[in-house]
Amino acid sequence: MSVATAETGIIGGIAAKFRTCPATGLKIDLAAEKLIKANAVAAVVFLLIGGLFGLLVALTRWPAVHLLPSDWFYLVLTAHGLDVLLLWILFFEIAVLYFASAVLLSCRLATPRLAWLAFLLMIVGGLMTNVAVLQGESSVMFTSYVPMKAEPHFYLGLILFAVGALVGVMVFFGTLVIARDERTYEGSVPLVTFGAITAAIIAVFTIASGAIILIPTFLWSVGYISHIDTVMYKLIWWGMGHSSQQVNVAAHVAVWYAIIAITVGAKPLSEKVSRTAFFLYILFLQLASAHHLLVEPGLSAEWRIFNTSYALYLAVLGSLIHGMTVPGAIEAAQRKNGFNNGIFEWLRKAPWNNPAFAGMFLSLVMFGFLGGISGVVLGTEQINLILHNTIYVPGHFHATVVAGTTLAFMAITYLLLPLIFQRQVIWPKLAMIQPYLFGIGVAGISLFMMGAGTLGVSRRHWDITFSDATVTFDYPATAFLMMGLNGIFAIVASLGGILYILITVGTVFFGKKVDASNVVASLGPMPEKQVSGAVHEYGSAGTWHLPGTYILVSVFFLSFVLYYFVNWKYLSEVWPLS
Amino acid sequence: MAKSAKSAPDAAQAVRIPVMQKVLDNPFLLLFLGVVIPTVLYIMWGLIELTQIPLAK
Ligand code: HEM
Ligand SMILES: [Cu+2]
Repeated sequence: MSVATAETGIIGGIAAKFRTCPATGLKIDLAAEKLIKANAVAAVVFLLIGGLFGLLVALTRWPAVHLLPSDWFYLVLTAHGLDVLLLWILFFEIAVLYFASAVLLSCRLATPRLAWLAFLLMIVGGLMTNVAVLQGESSVMFTSYVPMKAEPHFYLGLILFAVGALVGVMVFFGTLVIARDERTYEGSVPLVTFGAITAAIIAVFTIASGAIILIPTFLWSVGYISHIDTVMYKLIWWGMGHSSQQVNVAAHVAVWYAIIAITVGAKPLSEKVSRTAFFLYILFLQLASAHHLLVEPGLSAEWRIFNTSYALYLAVLGSLIHGMTVPGAIEAAQRKNGFNNGIFEWLRKAPWNNPAFAGMFLSLVMFGFLGGISGVVLGTEQINLILHNTIYVPGHFHATVVAGTTLAFMAITYLLLPLIFQRQVIWPKLAMIQPYLFGIGVAGISLFMMGAGTLGVSRRHWDITFSDATVTFDYPATAFLMMGLNGIFAIVASLGGILYILITVGTVFFGKKVDASNVVASLGPMPEKQVSGAVHEYGSAGTWHLPGTYILVSVFFLSFVLYYFVNWKYLSEVWPLS
Repeated sequence: MAKSAKSAPDAAQAVRIPVMQKVLDNPFLLLFLGVVIPTVLYIMWGLIELTQIPLAK
């Protein structure tokens, strides 16, 4: 039984049913709400499947355990990348897009039927590719580089999934048009919606690149095309593979802004500055796809250096801006909330026992310190050489896409459950520790994979002892230690992941109903016992008095510079000149 | 422009929106930029270079 009032709005001749959210006052289109639920549920199911595959991979790479035989290892590794990076993330992102458009703009969703078609295509495609992988003849890894050939339905599933996602993105753009025409907002869209627009734009380029390369590859696997050039494949594939990660960045930064607006009432420090940072993403982030081809022959130094150095640094500048304005917005809001003593009271007294806030902050810190810094190192043409294709790379992207994106999505789930699913989170105590548990686990796997990579351990390698190889190689003992520690922290991360899934599934089925009387309390501990309009209104905080943030940012820069130069030093030691 | 005491609707009409804000308020212009720039600078430029690699004899 729905507690909130439902009303029918006839706008532009089309009937849509709305309810009014008791916490935010937003009008929520019930069709949009159902679609958000469906996409979020699908996301969580694939996170469960893909996360378990991840654990199996990590346990196999733990030399003392070495769980799976080699053929299973590569199969499970392929399934892991597919289910978490593609299915979990994209289903959740579609939910975020519908939320940031229809819900935040109090508008009806464009063409809910098409949105359901998109959902169906994504489900069918996702399942088809999973089946192909599990049948065992498509262990081509996530990147599916030609000339490795998977079964045709591996590619077909990916294509269907991508088409579905593209339709979802179009529904998002359509909803923006409706909101503007029906004047459901004034002036500019809220910043969170702007972040979602950024994500959606990058998604269009991502999906187009995917289609350009996967359709011929599908035809090749069926036998209609005889040859696909390997470097050309990599070039276009990474237009998708890299850009999709930038969809994630834009989406999770938008999610950060949403969470801090709801939990501490944070307004962006400056709408202008934050939007400019997103604009830098739109212009430059996708060019950095070239950093995956830094050791590929056939591409000129000009192409590489332009696309990685110049463009990549402009995009990184965008992230640096968000890296300062997000904590800055929290500081400004917390000082307004009365935590004005000293430099760090605002941070000490932040709602650390609210899983949405805690998860968001951990995501911010780990994305910046672990993922961001290592990303710049990997993206630098020269120092890339000492780390390319080592397990440092998965170390880096688990910091970005797991500690950053996944944790941010987990965090906002704790707000979506009461606001959209209208259920109170079961086990609030366990929910409180969940982001920490998952965060510690992921920090561990990122750091130890990076550590092992620095010692030269390869990625995607079943046996680092080379037990049955003709030419062998001895890694230092520390490398084995690192891979063991990686296994231990993988278990911790998995526990955090399982806890998240139990809590969300349990809440959807058994959580207490939320109504106007308990909705704000259901959002978890918050300094102000109300939801401010910050998440759906345009407007800046209007202060730059942020001593705590300036100190945090300085610490970040110092770490960044030191680590960057340490890697140049390593490089200089590779070819001694004496 | 003028911050004088105009009546509210009048004032809203008179505010000149900065060019950059107009750009950022136009999702389809942004979409155009966000697709064309990487297509030209990354994909097309890259493909042109690849097609110029001589074939092995
Ligand atoms: C319990 C959590 C997780 C654990 C323990 C884990 C562990 C691992 C390990 C050990 C590898 C293999 C490294 C190698 O041998 O090359 C790997 C690969 C990978 N992981 Fe995870 N992971 C987890 C969660 C995630 C999530 C949530 C994502 C994405 C959102 C993700 C994305 C990937 C990708 C894309 C690969 C590369 C696959 C490939 O090389 O084709 N992982 N993971
Ligand atoms: Cu990349």
